[in-house]
Amino acid sequence: MNVPMSELYVLLPEIFVLVMACVILLVSVYIPEQLRELNYQLAQLTVIGAAVFTLGNSTGSTVVVMNSMFIHDPMSIVLKAFIYLITFTVFLYSRQYLQDRDLYKGEYFVLSLYAMLGMQIMVSACHFLTLYLGLELLSLSLYAMVAMQRDSQQATEAAMKYFILGALASGMLLYGISMLYGITGTLELQKLSAVIAEGNIDNKLLVFGLVFIIVGLAFKLGAVPFHMWLPDVYQGAPTAVTLFISAAPKLAAFSLLMRFLVDGLSGLHSDWQAILIILSILSMGLGNIVAIAQTNIKRMLAYSAISHAGYLMLGILTATKDGYTASMFYTIVYALMSMGSFGVILLLSRAGFEAERLDDFKGLNERNPWYAFIMMILMLSMAGLPPMLGFWAKWSVLNQIVLSGFVWLAVLAVIFSVIGAFYYLRVIKLMYFDKPESTEAIVANADMRIAISLNGLGILALGLFPQMLFQICSKVF
Amino acid sequence: MIKLIFYFFAATLVFSSARVITVRNPVHAALFLVLAFFSSAVIWLLLQAEFLAIVLVLVYVGAVMVLFLFVVMMLDINLTTMRVGFARYLFTGILVGFLILVEMFLVLDSSFFHKEGLALLPSIESAKNLESSSNTFALAQVLYTNYLYPFEIAAVILLVSMVAAIALTMRRRAYSRNQNPAQQVEIKRTDRVRLVKMPSSTSAD
Repeated sequence: MNVPMSELYVLLPEIFVLVMACVILLVSVYIPEQLRELNYQLAQLTVIGAAVFTLGNSTGSTVVVMNSMFIHDPMSIVLKAFIYLITFTVFLYSRQYLQDRDLYKGEYFVLSLYAMLGMQIMVSACHFLTLYLGLELLSLSLYAMVAMQRDSQQATEAAMKYFILGALASGMLLYGISMLYGITGTLELQKLSAVIAEGNIDNKLLVFGLVFIIVGLAFKLGAVPFHMWLPDVYQGAPTAVTLFISAAPKLAAFSLLMRFLVDGLSGLHSDWQAILIILSILSMGLGNIVAIAQTNIKRMLAYSAISHAGYLMLGILTATKDGYTASMFYTIVYALMSMGSFGVILLLSRAGFEAERLDDFKGLNERNPWYAFIMMILMLSMAGLPPMLGFWAKWSVLNQIVLSGFVWLAVLAVIFSVIGAFYYLRVIKLMYFDKPESTEAIVANADMRIAISLNGLGILALGLFPQMLFQICSKVF
Repeated sequence: MIKLIFYFFAATLVFSSARVITVRNPVHAALFLVLAFFSSAVIWLLLQAEFLAIVLVLVYVGAVMVLFLFVVMMLDINLTTMRVGFARYLFTGILVGFLILVEMFLVLDSSFFHKEGLALLPSIESAKNLESSSNTFALAQVLYTNYLYPFEIAAVILLVSMVAAIALTMRRRAYSRNQNPAQQVEIKRTDRVRLVKMPSSTSAD
């Protein structure tokens, strides 16, 4: 088989990121200390370049290349575009934080770029092998990034937990994949769904493989009862890494769910629907209730991530096109909100001080009203109050499950959401009605200030005009 | 003749595997494991899976087990503490082992796993077509063509693990005594040797 150039052209963003990551790896070894800024600039250039290549090739049609292992479809383009946007912003937000902690090294950017490459591969994979390998590339880079602050015992512990549970989850996923391969004789998602549609195979056998796959996916997504790693990792990792983990990989996890369950196993949707319902109820419940008891804001946001994973699954479990659209919208909105919230935490941190306790937010309004306002927008949006973007995200998934006839599930979701509103509103109360504990000035570079303001105002503006973002998602399916 | 070879190496395999868990000295256990790998490699050779056999010897015996032996030798394992509680856990261990055995029989004997259910595997026919050419050739044929993309991703994963390992373990310590070959070569005689004029002692007569 010769690989024609037209096929490689489709792969251009991935090839570009890989080459640039290797270039940065080499450059970072040879440049002197004072030119470290070059790593950052090259990394940002890579993300922009990848975005140009991806969007430059978005014809709207679906192309399958590399022996039907790589798919270039509207969903992958949209998700990739947001992954680039988030990675770009994450680099921008974490710059000051990394410089203060001696983590501003080539390795951070190289590993982030490899993680991004892994996400790109996952998002446009249509073969079990590439899905799995992309996932491993992402996870392996993330394990290393969590452990990068080696003098911190917390970070080392978090990395160890993440690594062991992640390896276990990969094992589960692989076991499920091998079962399905043994039964259907194919690893290609399209062929798999065709074989299942023929209906010659015993359903029990397929469900046996499906259960293992869902366990693996739930681990990666952080859904209850496979969430144990998430709070420790969010809390233990350097905040810049938590910021990265909390945003972009959620998009990749969403595509993982879509590829496995919808593209590959849509024939079994009545089986996975039941499993997802249980997972999402548990995640929404436990995530929202346990988050109330947290005093560490990173840990609180980790439990919030668990609950949001539950809401995210609501749309997928309807097994309708509108449901997938709603889920995708929810995932993108959540990633943007989470990015903003951790951005504010990074903003309040300074050399030798981590703003990770809830008490560190006390009286933020007196110290800096603008950042308090941004944080308020983000928290209101996370809680799902109108007119923020988060409200429309919750509204769209709830709307879809009501339309599919799961009214009781929607009621449960709303109840848990109301419970969850408590801890988001508590942050606002601390910021506006409590006395500040510290009077230290909040210093930030101009680019950081602009980006965080845009992030917060964007959530508000898109909340006023949700159609803009929603239409992008609805065109995909 | 082939049967004779098979039974010989199969017996060796069973024997050495049993010795791995019964022998007391961990170094001996590791060496028995090497023997077990080696005899299973021979059995694979008998099945005409020569590539797998060679890889098993090269990777497991050559690399993994040597590393393992190093680790075993470096660690000071106290055998008496390891055997504490052996009798206490013996019953639970046997129970769990028995349960696993029963489960295996139940699953494998059930109607789910009959050959008809698994007959869709495509590799069986394609493997028959390959009998003429060698194993290695057949593997390479698909590895670098059909599976080029995942192969490349796997290479990137290896690169990432290397970068991660170095980033996590390399530390420049102030007190580390490393050599700088360039400096060593550039050294001049005058940097090291100082000629000192000593007043010649006028020997007493």
